[in-house]
Amino acid sequence: MSDINRRTARTGERVIINGLFVCAVLSVAVTVGIVAVLLVDTVQFFRHSSLVEFLTGTVWAPGQGAGEDGRYGVLPLLNGTLMIGIGSIVVGLPLGLLTAIYLSEYANPRVRGVLKPTLEILAGIPTVMVGYFALQFITPSLLRPIFGDERVFIFNAAAGSIAVGLMILPIIASISEDAMRAVPSSLREAAFGLGASRRQVSLRVVVPAALSGISASVILAFSRAVGETMAVTIAAGNSPKVTWNYFESIQTLTASIAQTVQGEVAAGTVRYDALFALGMTLFLITLIMNLISAAIVRRFRQEYS
Amino acid sequence: MTALSTEALAPSRLRRGATRTGARILLDTAFSALLFVGTIVGVIALATLIWTIIDDGWARLAGDPVAFLSSYVSRLPARAGIRAALVGSAWLMVLTALFCFPVGVGAAVYLEEFAPRNRVTTFVEANIANLAGVPSVVYGLLGLGIFARFLRMGPSLLAGALTLAVMSLPVIIVAARESIRAVPDGIRLGAYALGATRWQTVRRQVLPAALPGTLTGTILALSRAIGETAPLLVIGLPIVIFTLPNDVRDPVSALPLLIFDWTSRPQPAFAEAAAAASIVLLALLLAMNAVAIFLRNRYTIRW
Repeated sequence: MSDINRRTARTGERVIINGLFVCAVLSVAVTVGIVAVLLVDTVQFFRHSSLVEFLTGTVWAPGQGAGEDGRYGVLPLLNGTLMIGIGSIVVGLPLGLLTAIYLSEYANPRVRGVLKPTLEILAGIPTVMVGYFALQFITPSLLRPIFGDERVFIFNAAAGSIAVGLMILPIIASISEDAMRAVPSSLREAAFGLGASRRQVSLRVVVPAALSGISASVILAFSRAVGETMAVTIAAGNSPKVTWNYFESIQTLTASIAQTVQGEVAAGTVRYDALFALGMTLFLITLIMNLISAAIVRRFRQEYS
Repeated sequence: MTALSTEALAPSRLRRGATRTGARILLDTAFSALLFVGTIVGVIALATLIWTIIDDGWARLAGDPVAFLSSYVSRLPARAGIRAALVGSAWLMVLTALFCFPVGVGAAVYLEEFAPRNRVTTFVEANIANLAGVPSVVYGLLGLGIFARFLRMGPSLLAGALTLAVMSLPVIIVAARESIRAVPDGIRLGAYALGATRWQTVRRQVLPAALPGTLTGTILALSRAIGETAPLLVIGLPIVIFTLPNDVRDPVSALPLLIFDWTSRPQPAFAEAAAAASIVLLALLLAMNAVAIFLRNRYTIRW
């Protein structure tokens, strides 16, 4: 292929092709840019604050001025992020999986044709609106009537989890459905031939065969939940603390970044640098999750090829 | 067919089999009901979300739509409007498209048509896949560190559009690659047979055929970008602003930012305004999606 290219491309065309190559390499520049930006200020941050305190400290109380009066322990923010991650999976995984099984094994083409675009719309709703929905509907009209006004804070992790759970539902549903549809129909037919019902085929043949794809979707969804910013900033609150009470106000990594940038933060202050240390933490967590998910998908593709 | 002989041999066993069949049918029915309910919950949630927003915001929007669309923000919720945010979002969308469409299509064409199968290509592809998973707030930090601070653009239209463009790039590359891949090889081979060079083939045959799919993907990526709040919040685009941009270096606001600001205020009247602004944003996104679906259905060539 590249031989043909070398022989037939005119000089002008070679310039164009090199231009196209630059476009492709620009995406690498973006990655380099992200890592460089995060790294420079993260290093700056750890000149003032110790890495040990950052990783083990249980108080996140950024300083207001240029001084070093703040306390920068990331554990409360990790705790909040983990709560939202787990909470949203608890909401999104069962619903997403049931949707995927229904779409892949039960629904007729007409129903599928309506349901799939509907899920795409749900995935496309701006996160700030989902946050509004959590604050104005989920907490006052769903959580408080069930669990009581005095137990459920106005800003609470449960509302944030439900909101983020609805956002990751389409991710889990669509990737899991793809994995289930990739299961060869000969497996289904063999099971039907042995007298299995549609439920048995779904649960004992299709779901186990698609398990790697399903787990990849869950990890990817968790990574999205960890990176979600607006819904948790609006609905889950801005109180960094170590707790597992879902009715309390918490703060996630992302919400902490959003809260900091809303005030005027001067460049060069520890508080400004802390933004990038949080960004780096977030970037690393999501990167590792995405890599694991991609590795699982790669293995799963080989299974039936 | 063995029912008779089985009955003769072991009637008790058959009866147990019969109750198991009954239980199985019950379980099967219960399971399909559970699946249907689980699926419908997502749909109900979406409907409730949209209904809540329309119910909360309709009165505010329909009361005096012209004033709401053409007024600047205000301390008084009754007087507040979305003019600067709406114009800002429109400009952001246009500039974002201008930046990321050529680069995205260029990268896709290179990777699909010209890239040799080597380590560099594999690395670039893996890199694009990873970029698609980076949280939007991290793109905001990139914009803040590089565009706003290092390149001294400040919280401007240019910095905002570049940040959104960088964020949308991986999505557009993936969409463009898919539609380029869908063009059958026969088209390329036919062009080569007529003496066309590889670039002539790409320029005159592959790109026109792949254009509808690419445009559809681009519009969907832009509709995602236009609903984003976090990156714009991080680079520091203003919410309270009483001018429209004359230059790319001017500050702008954006609809999602305004919705976020109004949602965060305690007064119920601001929540109504936030819902009203959300209706406008939803209408905008719906229009963009309709255009994308129209393009896909009307112009996509089926081979």
